[in-house]
Amino acid sequence: MAEPAAEIPVKPVDATGSAAGDDGVRRRDFLNIAAVSAAGVGGIAVLYPLISQMAPSADVLAESTTEVDTSAIEPGQAIKAVFRKQPLFVRRLTPAEVQEAQAVPLGSLRDPATLEDMTKPGHLDMLVTMGVCTHLGCVPLGAGEGENRGEFGGYFCPCHGSHYDTAARIRKGPAPTNLVVPEYEFTTDTTIVVG
Amino acid sequence: MSFPWAKQYQPANGFTKWIDEKLPLPRLVYNAVGAGYPVPRNLNYMWNFGVLAGFCLMMQIVTGVVLAMHYAANAQVAFASVEHIMRDVNWGWLMRYAHANGASFFFVVIYLHIFRGLFYSSYKAPREMIWILGVVIFLLMMATAFMGYVLPWGQMSFWGAKVITGLFSAIPLVGEPIQVWLLGGYAPDNAALNRFYSLHFLLPFVIAGTVILHIWALHIPGSSNPTGVEVKSESDTVPFHPYYTVKDGFGLGIFLLVFFTFVFFLPNFLGHPDNYIPANPLSTPAHIVPEWYFWPFYAILRAFTTDFIISAKLWGVIAMFASILIWFLLPWLDRSPVRSGHYRPLFRKFFWFGFMPALLVLFICGGAPAEQPYIMLSQLATAYYFLHFLVILPIVSAMETPEELPYSITQAVLHSDKKPVLGENTSPAV
Repeated sequence: MAEPAAEIPVKPVDATGSAAGDDGVRRRDFLNIAAVSAAGVGGIAVLYPLISQMAPSADVLAESTTEVDTSAIEPGQAIKAVFRKQPLFVRRLTPAEVQEAQAVPLGSLRDPATLEDMTKPGHLDMLVTMGVCTHLGCVPLGAGEGENRGEFGGYFCPCHGSHYDTAARIRKGPAPTNLVVPEYEFTTDTTIVVG
Repeated sequence: MSFPWAKQYQPANGFTKWIDEKLPLPRLVYNAVGAGYPVPRNLNYMWNFGVLAGFCLMMQIVTGVVLAMHYAANAQVAFASVEHIMRDVNWGWLMRYAHANGASFFFVVIYLHIFRGLFYSSYKAPREMIWILGVVIFLLMMATAFMGYVLPWGQMSFWGAKVITGLFSAIPLVGEPIQVWLLGGYAPDNAALNRFYSLHFLLPFVIAGTVILHIWALHIPGSSNPTGVEVKSESDTVPFHPYYTVKDGFGLGIFLLVFFTFVFFLPNFLGHPDNYIPANPLSTPAHIVPEWYFWPFYAILRAFTTDFIISAKLWGVIAMFASILIWFLLPWLDRSPVRSGHYRPLFRKFFWFGFMPALLVLFICGGAPAEQPYIMLSQLATAYYFLHFLVILPIVSAMETPEELPYSITQAVLHSDKKPVLGENTSPAV
């Protein structure tokens, strides 16, 4: 025996489920927005590890410091060391090179810095820089014996022709800044610790 | 899409009928490259390079998968594993040389394919989407080829990786973090080599997917042709098979003769000898250049030497990317209603005596050392390159008077649209 259907007042509902007289706000809108937002947050949560896995891993981040003994470097000589898998130039300047670097007016430099800014107090002749051209990262020539030191007597990058002066300041070519001076300190008069 | 006179697929026997009802793959092939796909009858050999590009992609994938069976993506052994392939693996030398030269020939083919499109304006409506997808494929190809070149871990591999990821460091603020993220460290090392290997494997399949879209988009309006006049009637076309399968097959034969001449007799002609020196993170080769197919873009990168508002480095990077991205806008920069350069006297002059020589200069300068006069020449050529797209093309297309176009493809071929056409389509559909 089927019971007779009770009379239930029904609002007219359109295809999207919104009923007339709702002032455009529907409880189903909230469901929609909440569901899509949750899916969006979930999507980002999935994407983040997928992107982040390419960032340096723990072993790469656990960078140690590099110790360099400078006692054997003669004036005019430079050595290449390795710091964080990149070349590090350690150069003992000759008095002439120091003079030349100090004679350059700051206003003529692309990235103004004095020789004093580039070296540590009391070690004006010890120029420690990354051997990484600030253009696109090649190793400039000039640290090795008999290498082309460019038009300004410092370093010359063969990749795109950047010239650095005796204080490793950019003078010519596409590189935007001077060779980077890493954080380092003299632990003894002849030993530096980089990093 | 196909023209109304395209032949209809008829399953030949019970088996093909059974297949056709369940999964009509043979019908798809018949309508795509078989007799069911009518193509303009006047295509010259410049229309051969799409098929050749498809062949190159397949060859790179096959030889690439083979090489991946013997290559080890670890900075300690990568260089040695490539030499192991050359010396010990059966036919390894052939696979390696075919893959390396295959990349060069892929780019030869793609450049001719692109120049075809530029001269005959294959990018114009209704074929904009084909062109856009083609530019996407070209960008993917460049990324793939770059990462492939890193894998042998020679000097050029290492320093190429350093320089190309260094391009991203020019971006203000986020640039350095992006470069570190790409490399997985502060300089190219094991992490970088390993991921480049993974991506070098992945991208060719992305390319293959994009190629499917490229061909799909092509098959909606159908091929362009040397007159630039659209197909009007049946006598303007011939079925793709056998006419163009055979013609493309012949072209493929010529291509293979040239290709294997290089593989067998000049396998290192297109490569750089420094990549036979194992990677040395402490010493950059004196003359570092990318592979020849990147030279024009490399010249544009190096043409910017003076800071102006932003650094010269960022200018170079922006210009290099812009020199390709500008292609996306080409359908809207060239407003001439006439497609084929064949009927555009002024465009033709700028194309052959302006644009192509500028490209040639960029190509030569990109392979030359970063010295004068090459820097100055590449600056001039870079300026002309952008002028061509942004100024010359819009002005030429607005002011030039085109030559008289043929009424139809049939008329262009037979000098009359009235004569009956010999062959399978004997009755013009007019």
